[in-house]
Amino acid sequence: MSELLELDRVTVQFGGLKAVDDVSIRVKTGERRAIIGPNGAGKTTLFNVITGIVRPASGAVRFVGADVTRTPVHARTALGMSRTFQITNLFPQLTVEENMLLALRGLSPRKFSLLGDNTLSADERARAERAFSLSRLHERRGVAVREMSYGEQRQLEMAMALVTAPKLLLLDEPAAGLSPAERVIVSDIIRALPRDLTLVLIEHDMDLVLQLVDFVTVLNNGHLLVEAPPSEIRTNQDVQDVYLGKARPHA
Amino acid sequence: MSQTAPAAPAHRVARIGLAAMGLGIAAFALLPLVLPTYQVSVLTEILIFAVLAMAIDVLAGYTGRTPLCHGAIFGVATYVAIYVSTQADGALLLPLVAGVVAATLVAAVFALLAIRTSGVYFLLLTIALGMIVWGMCLRWTSVTGGENGLRGALRPAALTDQLAFYYVVFAVVAVVALVMWRFVRSPFGLTLRGIRDSESRMRALGYNVSLHLFLAFTISGFFAGVAGVLYAMFNDFVSPSTVALSQSVEGLLMAIIGGVGTLFGAFLGSAIIIGLENFASLYTERWQTVLGLIFILIMIFAPEGILGRIRLWLSRRG
Repeated sequence: MSELLELDRVTVQFGGLKAVDDVSIRVKTGERRAIIGPNGAGKTTLFNVITGIVRPASGAVRFVGADVTRTPVHARTALGMSRTFQITNLFPQLTVEENMLLALRGLSPRKFSLLGDNTLSADERARAERAFSLSRLHERRGVAVREMSYGEQRQLEMAMALVTAPKLLLLDEPAAGLSPAERVIVSDIIRALPRDLTLVLIEHDMDLVLQLVDFVTVLNNGHLLVEAPPSEIRTNQDVQDVYLGKARPHA
Repeated sequence: MSQTAPAAPAHRVARIGLAAMGLGIAAFALLPLVLPTYQVSVLTEILIFAVLAMAIDVLAGYTGRTPLCHGAIFGVATYVAIYVSTQADGALLLPLVAGVVAATLVAAVFALLAIRTSGVYFLLLTIALGMIVWGMCLRWTSVTGGENGLRGALRPAALTDQLAFYYVVFAVVAVVALVMWRFVRSPFGLTLRGIRDSESRMRALGYNVSLHLFLAFTISGFFAGVAGVLYAMFNDFVSPSTVALSQSVEGLLMAIIGGVGTLFGAFLGSAIIIGLENFASLYTERWQTVLGLIFILIMIFAPEGILGRIRLWLSRRG
C-alpha cells in the first residue's frame, strides 16, 4: 500500500491538440503533491482525467489499486476521491446546511429516501458540526449560499469536500480569486488537514504552493517537465525558463 | 424558485403558508356544497389538472428540467384507462391501475431518452416525444378510434352523482398532494434541488446524477398518470386533443402561473386557467387572448409566479 494514485502514460487529445502528452505520475499515500505550470500547460485537463470528467485517449488511471480509467465521476468519489472546484461550485439557492447535507449524503443510501424525513440523523449531525467548526461557518448555516461572501463560499467548498472523510483530496486552484488575507486562511486550512490525507493540488501561485507540499510536478505544453521537492523547484533552470521565459542565445 | 429566508421569519412564513393552505383546503371542501352542479364539475377539473401541474413542477421547479411532454403522459393514462374499461367490462380498478402503469412506463422510456439533455434541448426533445404519442393516438385508429376518440364509463354507479365524485377526487388529490409534498422535501427531493443548482458538484459528491434524473422523471410521470386516470373517470371520453402539445403547454403554464418550485402554486395556476376556460368563454370566444394577457402580466410583475411572489414578499417583509 504505497501508491494511492497512479497515472500511467496518460494522453488526452482534443482534436489535433495533445493537451496532456504521455504523462506518468505516482502519488504515495499521505503525500502532498502540487501540479504547477503556466497557462495551457494541461493542469486542469490532467485534473479532469484524475476525477473522471475527461477520459484519456490512451494510458491508465489507477486509484486505491483499482483501474479507474473508465470509471464515472460519482463512482470514483465512492472509492474515496473528493475535490474542490476552481470556480466556486456550490448550490446557490440552497442554505449552507442543505449544501452540507448533500455533501454528507453523497455516499449514503439515505439519498434515495423518497418520502423520508429530511432532518439530520445523529451521525450526520456530528459530522456536520465538525465540518462547520473547521470552516467557521457555524452561524451561517441558515443562510442561502448565494448571499454569502466569496471567501465564505470558498471555505464552505473546502468543508464540503472534507466532510465525507476522503482518502484523496484534489484541490483545483484553492486560492484562485482570493485576497492576500484570504489566501493565508486557505493555506492555514490546508496545513491543518490531517497528515494521513493524501493531497493533490494545482495552483498558479508558486509561493503559496511551495510551502505547502512535499513534492512538485511541473507541466509544460502537456509534457511532464520536472518532478522534484519544492526546494529544488525554485532553483531549477527548466522551471525558471518556463515561468520567466528563456534567454535566447541569438536574440 | 424556492426562497430561503433567515431562520426567524421563515417560521412566520411557514405559519402563514399553513394558514393559507388550510383556507384553500376549506374552500375546496365547502364550496361544492353551495355551487350548482356545473361549477362543481369545473372544481373537479381544477383539482385534477392541479395534480398534472404539480407533476410538472417536480421537474420544472425542483429538478431544473422543464418538460413539454406531460400532457402526453397524462393522456396515455386516460387512453389506456378508457380502452381497458371498454375491453374488460365492469372491472373497476383494472382500468385505473392499467392507466397509471402505462403512463409510468411511457415516462420511464421518455426519461431514458431525455435525461441526457438539459435546457432548450430537453424542452425540444420532450416536445418531440409527446408528439409521437399524439401521432400514435391519431393514426392507430383500430385501438384509439383516431379522431373520433374513445368513449367509456369508468365511474361505478355510486359515483355518477357529480358531488359524490367530486369528494372522491378531492380525497385522492389531497392524498396525492401530501405525498408529493413529502417527496419534494425528502432527502431524495433535496438531491433534485442539488442537481438543479449544480450537476457537476453533485457528481463530485458521489451522486449518480442520471439515475436521480431518471427516477425524478419517472415518478413525475407516475403522478401525471394519476391525474390522467382521474380525468378518464371525469370525462368518460378521450381524443387526440387530450395528448396534444397544447395539453402539455397548459399544464406547464399552470405550474408557471402558480409559481414554479412552490408545488401548491399548481392549484392557483389550475384554478386560473380552468376558470378562464370555463367562465371567460361565456363572455368571449377569445378567452385564450385573455389567458395570454394574464400570462404576460404575470411574467412582467411576478416572474416567480403568484405563490412564488407572495413567498418572496413575505420573507422580505419578515
